[in-house]
Amino acid sequence: MAAEREKLVLIGNGMAGVGTIEQILKLGGAYDITVFGSEPHPNYNRIMLSYVLEGSKTIEDIILNDLGWYEDNHITLHTGTTVTRIDEQNKLILTDNGLAVPYDKAIIATGSNSFILPVPGSTKDGVVGFRDIADCDAMLAAAKQYRTAAVIGGGLLGLEAAKGLVNLGMDVTVVHLLEDLMERQLDRTASSMLQAELTRQGVKFAMGKQTVELTGEERVTGLRFSDGSELPAEFVVMAVGIKPNVQLAKDSGITVNRGIVVDDYMQTSMADVYSVGECTEHRGTCYGLVAPLFEQGMVLAKHLSGSQTPGYEGSVVATKLKISGVDVFSAGEFTETPEHTVISAKDEWKRTYKKILLKDNVIVGAVLFGDVTESANLQKLVKNSTEMTNEIYDEVMGTSCCGGGGAKKGMSVEAMADEEIVCGCNGVTKKAIVDAVTENGFTTVDEIKACTGATRSCGGCKPVVEQILQFVLGDSFQQSAKQGICSCTPLSRDEIVAEITAKGLRTTKEVMHVLDWKQAEGCSKCRPAVNYYLGMIYPDTHEDEKESRFVNERMSANIQKDGTYTVIPRMYGGVTTPEDLKRIADVSLKYDVKVVKVTGGQRLDLIGVKKEDVPKVWEELDMPSGYGYAKSLRTVKTCVGSQFCRFGTQDSMGMGAMLERKYERLDMPAKFKMAVNGCPRNCAESCTKDIGIVGNDGGWEVFIGGNGGIKPRIADAFCKVKTDEELVEVCSAVIQYYRETGNYLERTSEWVERMGLEHIQTVVMGNDDNRKELAARIDFALAQVRDPWRKMLDDKNTRTALFEETQV
Amino acid sequence: MERSNREYTIGRVEDFMLQIGRVIHAGDVELAIFRTSDGAVYAVRNHSPHPKGGPLAEGIVSGYYLYDPLHDWKIDLRTGEVQAPDRGQAEVYPVTVEGGVVKVTLPAAVTNLN
Ligand SMILES: Cc1cc2nc3c(=O)[nH]c(=O)nc-3n(C[C@H](O)[C@H](O)[C@H](O)COP(=O)(O)OP(=O)(O)OC[C@H]3O[C@@H](n4cnc5c(N)ncnc54)[C@H](O)[C@@H]3O)c2cc1C
Ligand code: SF4
Ligand code: FES
Repeated sequence: MAAEREKLVLIGNGMAGVGTIEQILKLGGAYDITVFGSEPHPNYNRIMLSYVLEGSKTIEDIILNDLGWYEDNHITLHTGTTVTRIDEQNKLILTDNGLAVPYDKAIIATGSNSFILPVPGSTKDGVVGFRDIADCDAMLAAAKQYRTAAVIGGGLLGLEAAKGLVNLGMDVTVVHLLEDLMERQLDRTASSMLQAELTRQGVKFAMGKQTVELTGEERVTGLRFSDGSELPAEFVVMAVGIKPNVQLAKDSGITVNRGIVVDDYMQTSMADVYSVGECTEHRGTCYGLVAPLFEQGMVLAKHLSGSQTPGYEGSVVATKLKISGVDVFSAGEFTETPEHTVISAKDEWKRTYKKILLKDNVIVGAVLFGDVTESANLQKLVKNSTEMTNEIYDEVMGTSCCGGGGAKKGMSVEAMADEEIVCGCNGVTKKAIVDAVTENGFTTVDEIKACTGATRSCGGCKPVVEQILQFVLGDSFQQSAKQGICSCTPLSRDEIVAEITAKGLRTTKEVMHVLDWKQAEGCSKCRPAVNYYLGMIYPDTHEDEKESRFVNERMSANIQKDGTYTVIPRMYGGVTTPEDLKRIADVSLKYDVKVVKVTGGQRLDLIGVKKEDVPKVWEELDMPSGYGYAKSLRTVKTCVGSQFCRFGTQDSMGMGAMLERKYERLDMPAKFKMAVNGCPRNCAESCTKDIGIVGNDGGWEVFIGGNGGIKPRIADAFCKVKTDEELVEVCSAVIQYYRETGNYLERTSEWVERMGLEHIQTVVMGNDDNRKELAARIDFALAQVRDPWRKMLDDKNTRTALFEETQV
Repeated sequence: MERSNREYTIGRVEDFMLQIGRVIHAGDVELAIFRTSDGAVYAVRNHSPHPKGGPLAEGIVSGYYLYDPLHDWKIDLRTGEVQAPDRGQAEVYPVTVEGGVVKVTLPAAVTNLN
């Protein structure tokens, strides 16, 4: 065994502390490391709790270092353990569950606590802060049970919490003491633009209100303000600020002001005890964002690993709000005083705002709203106290005439120190990025992301990463930085399709070989895409490549998280028969299906079929596959229509079933949904479908590009037609045009916006020949499709290879 | 030590389609077997190293890499190593092919893993 190593104990398993440990490991610091954390989780990305709340990430997604990481690095981790005191005399760390662990060096990184307003009622049930996973869980649970919420505090945290709760379906009011949101980062103009935008997104505001009491018995029922008015709320989030968590330091006799006082090497008043993160106070400042904490951690890591380093001198902080569709940025000073020279531009139509503050011609602060492309650049200029010049003015105000901008942008990253952190979320330095580019020959942001993790979290650092890339690659940047469909190729979809047709390429292998793919057999992104393009171009001859299909399509059933599958039999137009229902029930019983669920598209999900049972289930159901898994027509939702409804003017059930039969099974760029309604009451909700059809007295109305999913979009009115034949022809032409021009995985909602509604109208409606040709091409392609389950049941080898599990 | 390893005959090469995984239960262990386009056969425990787990057999195979079907992690079939930016390790086991017969060797400790 190696010689005894010094014992390093980290108190606080959060972003700053573990960031420091990561740096120490990278620098080769030789310590026996023990970590204590009060929370029961391994180290996670606290910033991203906002995304967890908003629903775009899960807790597992935001874990930074899982338990395996601690093991791999021989770090002893005690989760759910709170350190209560540091015993300087005996050099011991004491915990709430009775441990006493010796240390040679210790780091306190206990972060902050939510500041809870000391008003009556603040301890009632239903009142939480927004700080950790437990708070986030409480909010997710509350949204399931209650309708109205109040968020106290109109800062970064409060607004992100409010937007998250709105997304969860709650009626949310942000209560703010002042008249301006984010007043510590934004000026009045930007703040009112922000409020207008968030109001548009469904957040309500009660401004200039001081909360004096939370009402209710056990559980909160509302807020009372100083002006006597009240706001009902079944759930309250306090996001009024944070308090450095200094209890442990205080109890151990370490000097504490607002935070734990440290010097430029993060040393506290106690020998061998250091502190980083939100709990510290450096030169009178406590920071509440990650970038400064990583800078502190970097200095401390070097210091503890025995490498020379200049001390930490404080940070310029910049803020970005993580709410989609709301781009705000601020850095440095932002409130104008008579000392400042102000450059500003406000565009009420584009809803953008830009302001730069100068003091003695030095750039000291900036605020951006709506368009934040210059944020990285401005942050740097503020940080380096750059003098304003004509060139910089042109560059940041976007007034420079054509060209030249690129080279200048390179300059600011050139001046950047190697150790400067570019990606605050993941603690990636400029040097790490430059090394990734020079050592591995990377040319795209994606590759840098894969290697270093930069841009992986909030994405705010992407412009700087691009600039570094541009700076390192110089002239070769333009050509190589072009983004292909994935990191295997610089070619775009259109170029790939053109090459396939021009060169007569026939298989994905051939495409990747001839077009010089970087990874010879592609990846999980380009393989399915190329397979689709080949099928679209050669509908009759392309041999579908099962090995290039995503699991659901390969197995023709939806995989669930436990590895079982969901089977969905077709029910054309959402109509079934008692006989079919009986069969479905019998088979479900026989194969012990876990849940039978009605889907959003009016079909039945048989959830939880064991993999080896899937072929048998299909065989015994003896119904066509419902394609709930496919990038093709999923369902045609219908209303009751003229067959039974007293309002119906058109036979929606009949038309829906016919359209579903016609287009089923054909591959499309992405999943595709339709709806048919018998009259304008629109009971089958056409407005959120790829193609929505509404019957009226004299014919049909067609809507396209609707979506109810992640990016909801209301369908655009496309055309009106008189006869059923015309309706089918229009649908055919639209679908085929989408098949031929859509990017793989691009929904029609995005496709319509990219191509332009008018353009599609011109192509499909402007010219009868065009429309007929498109319709003829889809009919040809449709003639080639086969029911995958018929095929699979006839082909014993494939069936065995895909579904059967052998015991040896 | 060596002697307690166990060898399992899991089938013939042609039982495994190129680039399409297949599940084999060897003793108590659920294996995902892959045959890469150059014909080589690899054995991995059919359990993703992703914190949420899930099967691996249904992933897309490219070269010597496997893309986890549920989480899209990229895993080296030869070493089991998860590729950056993700981190982790899938369990891989040695495979031999003699006269078209495929055999997997599982260490003694592994036989009661699942
Ligand atoms: C919802 C949310 C969104 C945010 N968004 C952003 C953003 O967009 N950009 C940005 O820069 N910053 C953001 N932040 C702030 C950022 O997360 C923090 O600045 C950062 O996490 C602080 O790191 P830290 O290590 O100092 O503290 P923490 O990450 O809080 O870690 C401290 C840890 O120590 C533990 N601990 C405390 N006391 C003890 C003890 N006595 N014994 C053992 N363990 C203890 C705590 O349980 C905690 O896990 C956000 C914060 C939140 C809550
Ligand atoms: S859309 Fe019209 S026809 Fe269809 S069910 Fe509703 S009211 Fe009846
Ligand atoms: S700064 Fe957030 S991802 Fe890089």
